[in-house]
Amino acid sequence: MPNYVYTMLIPLLPLASFLVLGLFGRKRLDAAAGIIGVLSLLAATVLSVVTAYKYFSTAKVNGAYQQIIAFKYTWLQFSPHISIDMGVLLDPISVMMIFIVSFISLMVHVFSLGYMKGEGRLAAYYAYLSLFTFSMLGLVLSSNIFQLYIFWELVGVSSYLLIGFYFDKPAAVAASKKAFIVTRFADLGFLVGILILAFNAETLDFGILIERLTNTQSAWSMAITGSSFLGISALTWGLVLVFAGGAGKSAMFPLHIWLPDAMEGPTPVSALIHAATMVVAGVYLVARLFPVFSINGAALNIVAYVGVFSALFAATIACTQTDIKRVLAYSTMSQIGYMMFALGVAKYGGEDGLGYMASMFHLFTHAFFKSLLFLGAGAVIHRVHSNNIKDMGGLRKRMPVTHIGFLVACLAIAGIPPFAGFFSKEEILTAAFHSNKLIYGVGLLVSGLTAFYMFRLYFSIFWKKSPSVLEEDGAGSSRIHSEGTASMKLPLILLTAASILAGFFPISKYVTSDAVPLETHVDWVFSIAPVALAVLAILGAARLYKTENDKPEKLAAALGAVYQSAYRKFYIDEIYLFITQKIIFNGIGRPAAWIDKNIVDGCMNAIASATAKIAAMIKGVQSGKIQNYALYFFAGIAGIAVMVIYLWR
Amino acid sequence: MTGIPLTQILIVSTALFFIGMYGLFTRRNMITMLMAIELILNSVNINFVAFNKYLYPEKLDGIFFSIFIITIAAAEAAVAIAIIINLYRNYHSIDAEDAGEMKF
Amino acid sequence: MTASQIIFYILSAALLLTALLAVTTRKIFRASIWLLFSLMCIAGLYFWMELAFIAAVQIIVYVGGIVVLIIFSIFLTQKSGKEMPKPVVGRSVLAILAVLLGFGFTSYLIYQNGFADTAGRPFKAEVADIGTQLLSTSEYGYVLPFEVVSMLLLAAMIGAIVIAMKEKKVENE
Repeated sequence: MPNYVYTMLIPLLPLASFLVLGLFGRKRLDAAAGIIGVLSLLAATVLSVVTAYKYFSTAKVNGAYQQIIAFKYTWLQFSPHISIDMGVLLDPISVMMIFIVSFISLMVHVFSLGYMKGEGRLAAYYAYLSLFTFSMLGLVLSSNIFQLYIFWELVGVSSYLLIGFYFDKPAAVAASKKAFIVTRFADLGFLVGILILAFNAETLDFGILIERLTNTQSAWSMAITGSSFLGISALTWGLVLVFAGGAGKSAMFPLHIWLPDAMEGPTPVSALIHAATMVVAGVYLVARLFPVFSINGAALNIVAYVGVFSALFAATIACTQTDIKRVLAYSTMSQIGYMMFALGVAKYGGEDGLGYMASMFHLFTHAFFKSLLFLGAGAVIHRVHSNNIKDMGGLRKRMPVTHIGFLVACLAIAGIPPFAGFFSKEEILTAAFHSNKLIYGVGLLVSGLTAFYMFRLYFSIFWKKSPSVLEEDGAGSSRIHSEGTASMKLPLILLTAASILAGFFPISKYVTSDAVPLETHVDWVFSIAPVALAVLAILGAARLYKTENDKPEKLAAALGAVYQSAYRKFYIDEIYLFITQKIIFNGIGRPAAWIDKNIVDGCMNAIASATAKIAAMIKGVQSGKIQNYALYFFAGIAGIAVMVIYLWR
Repeated sequence: MTGIPLTQILIVSTALFFIGMYGLFTRRNMITMLMAIELILNSVNINFVAFNKYLYPEKLDGIFFSIFIITIAAAEAAVAIAIIINLYRNYHSIDAEDAGEMKF
Repeated sequence: MTASQIIFYILSAALLLTALLAVTTRKIFRASIWLLFSLMCIAGLYFWMELAFIAAVQIIVYVGGIVVLIIFSIFLTQKSGKEMPKPVVGRSVLAILAVLLGFGFTSYLIYQNGFADTAGRPFKAEVADIGTQLLSTSEYGYVLPFEVVSMLLLAAMIGAIVIAMKEKKVENE
């Protein structure tokens, strides 16, 4: 058995970078901060690749990839059975994730060298990025569910710090608070879920937990399915609550409200966190606990329906938004919906596990093309100094590298062969077709919508106006408005290559629900439907957006109220505000405050004022009037005389 | 002397004592308070002398005590008047209510 | 009812009446005069008890010295014709209550305690005996208290002078 203890270094290298930059960052030059970040991440990426190669070539036993615990340390022992261990778990999905996280983080670091040049507080920026990378790597390598929760919270903190990086913008501060509070609220459910599962299985360790709960004959499994609350078994409660935590982090409906607002952060941050890594943490969590989910049909159904609904919901909103980053945020939510429902329609083992494999495959490819989209958007924003697509147009000659990258990514996400997204989406739709036709139908519709809104974005940015129109801006001559430095172009190029090639990676040989390699092939007949729908959508978008015309406005007017409510994101934010302000604040907050101020404080004040009044009365004895003193004196003597004469016998 | 039991003299002196105390508690003028004090001292004198005469006729101790009490009462009255005059110079009033500075 | 009993009752009544008037009258000069009369009644009581020496000392010191002192201080400090303010009602009620309770309790104690009757034993208080015993150093001699009281009188004299002295040097600074 080869020694995997060095995998500890993979999260610890970014942690070291965080500490160095955090403690000493102010004294160094900001450029050096970037270099330190890049170097530590380069090392981590190399180690991840080495680990992946080693694992996938050596860890197969009896045809299945083993879960290897590379390192374990008992941190907190609650009882003889339950303890929080800190450990490293190597397993097909965790190895895949460390590669994705470290690679995308490296790309983002390199891009930031050029994008964030000239900004202030760069040492803090790179420190936070390193902290985030450390947290995410720790999360995917966790061997113990509570350790995962700890890193989960750390990821939330890093996200808060990064979204609120421009802390002098009130919108950024509000967005960071919103993200943190919504995910924290979801984590409450997650914690309760952990406690339910751990209590019944009497362990917090992933391997042992899964083993005990999936063996339906074992005492623990009987216990957890036997006890129920409000008619629903404890196992369902536990799994649904854990999923709720995952839904918060992955921006599933109705906990999605933080993701669009989180775009206030710097664009490389959005690329890293809100496209490729943090938002897939929920999917990763469900995948990690997938064996337990698979024996409980109710929880899986909930996962599937929430996923598919979020996909449709986000796709319709994305068709109407005008802020480039918001469109990409809703697109992310929609794609994660795909990943979720793919998990939801899968079962454990063999062919039934196709959905699981498809979900992980889509996670893999989506990381590449979504971060490419975000980084490309960052380059465009850097050039145009505005986020709104109405201010953009005709950039295809001015920014060729970005243009090609963006086009490739759009084709990938639309599911056009031979780009990466085609293969992963096709697997997802196949899995859905075989288990739930309704979900398949909605998935098909959403893939059409995806193509439509992505190409709407593409045409609005790179076509719409003719390049000759831009000559008059005088934008071509100055160096500042050039396409960007080499450090900004290199990641785009690498990610473009990845978006083209990733689809050919035989991931089904490595990552499946029961870790046994699965043979898959592309069913060309089946994929006619989604590809045709996508091509139609692209043509429709070209017709509406390739040149400037008024057809979009007429279409929007024709759709009327539907368009309006989609544009307003279906008023979900307003509903939340209403519930919190009118119901929670007025119903719970105000009475609680009233009780605190008048009853609790009132008691204290009453005691204090009563004491003061008594003291004032006692003080009044010292009146300065001699004759009062004489009376008191006489009373005292009379009392003593009575006592001595009658009581002292 | 004959026919008056000791207790009746004692009642008289007790009554005088308490009349003096009433004056001490009630009077607002410091000089009248002094007068009440003199009454109290005199009632004590009567007590001493009565006890001496009725219970210990062979000895003279009660008489001596009375002499000393009278002496001391005189000295005390002199000092008290001096204080009252001093107080009058500062406050221009000898009302006991006005000299109420030693309060909280 | 022998004559001495009648004399005793008259003297006691006068004493208590004048004492009461002394503590309740509103005019200060009259209060001092009532005090004078009550002190005279006490002297009368001393005479009735065959203590001529004490009676004489009472009249000389108390009536002739202290009451005069009081009258002088009245003249020094206020207009004697003015009426004094009435006492505070609350306090006078409390005072009456305290006094009556005290009187009742003390008389109860007096009646409870039976005093031995020594009627018949003669009582002689000659001035010569008083004087001899006052200055004698034998077992029942009072020379020590005598000396102490003389020192006390000295201290009182000095104290009275110092307290009542006018301060002249303060304004010249």
